[in-house]
Amino acid sequence: MTLDRAIALFFMLVSLLYGYSAWFIMDARIPPFMVQNPVWPSSFPKMLAIGGIFFSLLVLISPHRPRDESDIDLSRWAEYNYGQAIGLLALMTAYALLLLPLGFLAATFLFLMLGSLILGERRWVLMILASGIASVGIWYLVQEVLGIFLRPLPAILGA
Amino acid sequence: MIEGLLIGLSTAFSLTNILMVLGGCLIGTFIGMLPGLGPMSIIAIMIPVAITIGDPSAALILLAGVYYGAIFGGSTSSILINAPGVASTVASSFDGYPMSRDGKAGKALTIAAIASFAGGTIGAVLLMVFAPMLASVALLFHSAEYFALMVVGLSAIAAFAGTGNVAKAMLMTIVGLMLATVGTSALFNAPRFTAGIMELQSGIGFITLAMAMFALPEALYLVLDPARSKRSGDGGKITNLRITREEGRQIAPVIGRQSVQGFFIGVLPGAGATIASFLGYAVERNIASAEEQKLFGKGSVKGLAAPESANNAASTGSFVPLLTLGIPGSGTTAILLGALLALNVTPGPRLMVDSPEIFWSVIISMYLGNLVLLVLNLPLIPYIARILAVPRNFLIPFILFFTLMGAYIGQNNSTELLLLVGFGIMATMLKFADFPLPPLLIGFILGGMLEDNFARSMQLYDGVSFIWERPMTMVLLILAAVLVVLPGLRTWRARSAQRRGVSTPD
Repeated sequence: MTLDRAIALFFMLVSLLYGYSAWFIMDARIPPFMVQNPVWPSSFPKMLAIGGIFFSLLVLISPHRPRDESDIDLSRWAEYNYGQAIGLLALMTAYALLLLPLGFLAATFLFLMLGSLILGERRWVLMILASGIASVGIWYLVQEVLGIFLRPLPAILGA
Repeated sequence: MIEGLLIGLSTAFSLTNILMVLGGCLIGTFIGMLPGLGPMSIIAIMIPVAITIGDPSAALILLAGVYYGAIFGGSTSSILINAPGVASTVASSFDGYPMSRDGKAGKALTIAAIASFAGGTIGAVLLMVFAPMLASVALLFHSAEYFALMVVGLSAIAAFAGTGNVAKAMLMTIVGLMLATVGTSALFNAPRFTAGIMELQSGIGFITLAMAMFALPEALYLVLDPARSKRSGDGGKITNLRITREEGRQIAPVIGRQSVQGFFIGVLPGAGATIASFLGYAVERNIASAEEQKLFGKGSVKGLAAPESANNAASTGSFVPLLTLGIPGSGTTAILLGALLALNVTPGPRLMVDSPEIFWSVIISMYLGNLVLLVLNLPLIPYIARILAVPRNFLIPFILFFTLMGAYIGQNNSTELLLLVGFGIMATMLKFADFPLPPLLIGFILGGMLEDNFARSMQLYDGVSFIWERPMTMVLLILAAVLVVLPGLRTWRARSAQRRGVSTPD
C-alpha cells in the first residue's frame, strides 16, 4: 500500500469515528428545547463525516500517480537523516513538557544547545554563546516589549 | 474613493505604521531568503507579534510588509543560489540563476526588484478600483449566499491546488473543516469533539495549526534531506546593480502585461502567485521573437521580469477576495484572515463601510511596502545575502524554537505545544504523500464562518429549502460542484481514451 492510500484509510477511520460521535453521542445528548430546531450542533459535522468518507474512498480507489515536478525528492529517501529528525521532534516534546517546570530561560537555552548538538555541531563556545544570547534576548523581547508573561526561572525557585 | 484614500493616507503615514512597513519588509526579506521558509511560514511566525500589537491596521500593515518582503527575499535566493524558498519564485530561477552565474547577479536583482515593484504597484491600483466594486455587490449577499460562496471558494481552492488530485485536496479541506468543529461552538454554546480534554474546549489554535502545516514540515524536510540545504553554501558576490536603457526598454512592456494578467489570476481563489508566475513566463516566451526565445532559460531579462511582476501582482490580487468577501484564496491570505479574526476584525463587504481605515491603510501600505523594497532593500541586498551563510546547525533549532514560541504565545498553554508536534508530524507525512496542505488550513479558518452561515440559513428557511429558494445560492452551489467534478472527469476521459489506444491531444 502506498503512503497516500494509507493516509486516506486513516482519514476514513477518522471520519467514521467523527460521524459516529455526531450521530450517536451528540444526538443522544441534545437538549429537549433544541429538538424542534432545524439545525442541531451535529448537523454540520454529519455533512463533513459523509464528505470525509466519500473523498477518502475516492483517494483509495483512484490510481496512484506520482507527480513529475514534486517539491520533494523522494528518490533519495534511503539517505534521509531520520535519526536527526526524530531527535529534534523528541526535543520539541521535551520542551513542551519542561517549559513550565524549568522556566523559559533554562528550557530555551537547553533546547537551542541540544538542537545544534543533534544536528552535529561541536563548536561548544559558539553554541553556548548563541543559545545564551538568544534565550535571554527573546525572553526580554517577549516579556518586556510584547508584554507577555513568561516564567523565566524554574518553578521550584518560585519565580 | 478619494475620501477613502485620504483616510488611508493619514492612517498609513503615522510613525508607527511606517515603522511597521519598514520592519515588516526587512524581516520578510531576511527570513524569506532562507531556503525552505516560504511566506506562509514567515507570516505564521510573525502573527503572535502582530496580534500583540492590538491595532488591526498596524498589524495588517506589518504582515503585508512581511509578505512582500518574503516574496522578494524568495526571489533573491532563487536568483543567487538557485534555491527558491517558495513555489512562486521557481520561475524566477529559470533565467535569474543563469544571469547570476554569468556574473550579472546585481543586474538580475535590480530587474527582479523593479519588476516586483511595478507588479505590486499596478496590482494595488487595480485592487483600489475593483475591490470597492466587488464589495458593493457582495453587500447584497445573505447568509445563504455566503455559505454557497464559501463552498465555491473551498472547491476552487481544492480544484486548483496544484497537485492535480482534486480528491486529495477535497479530503484535506474536509479534515480542516472537521478540526474547526473541535471546541466550544459559539452557535450552540456547547463543547464538541473535545474527547474530554480541558485544553481543547477553546478549540485548536490557528497559529498552532499554521505552524504545524507550513513551518514545521519545511524545517523537518531541511533536516531530513541534507542535499536540500547544502545548496545554500555560496552567497556569491553582488556587484553592479545597474541596468542599461536598452534592457529597460525590453522589459517595460513585459512588466506591464504581466502585472495586469498576474493580478487577475491572483484574484481567482486557489490560483495564486505560483500559477501566475509560470503562466507569465510561458506567455512571454511564446510571444517573444524567435531570436529572443532562444535566450529564455539562458539568462533572458524578459524571462526574469515576467514571473517577477506576475507573482507580485498576483499576491496583491489575492487580497481582493480576502478584503471584499472575507474569503481567502490562498494559504497566505488564509493566515492573514486568521490574524484579522484574532484581532476582532471580520473582513468582508462590511469592512469597507465599518472600518474604512483598515481597508485603505492596507492599500496605501502596499505602495509603501513596494517602495521600501525598491529603495531600501535593494541597496542592502549584498549585506542581507550574508544570512545565506548562517550554518544550518544553528538555523534549524531556531526555526523550530520559533514555531514553539508562536504556538505558546497564541494559546498560552503547553498542551498546545504537544498539539503542534503532533500536527507537525502529520503534516510532514501528508507532504510526503503529496497531499496539499493549504486547503486544510483554509478549511480550518473558514470552518466557523461556513457553519455559522449554514446554520443561519437553515434557521431562516426552516430547513435546507434555501438552496432552491434563492437562485443565487443554487447557481453558486452548482458552480462548486462543477469545479470539483470537472478535473476528475477530464482525467477519467483521458484514461479511458488511453485504454482504447487513442492518443489524447495534450
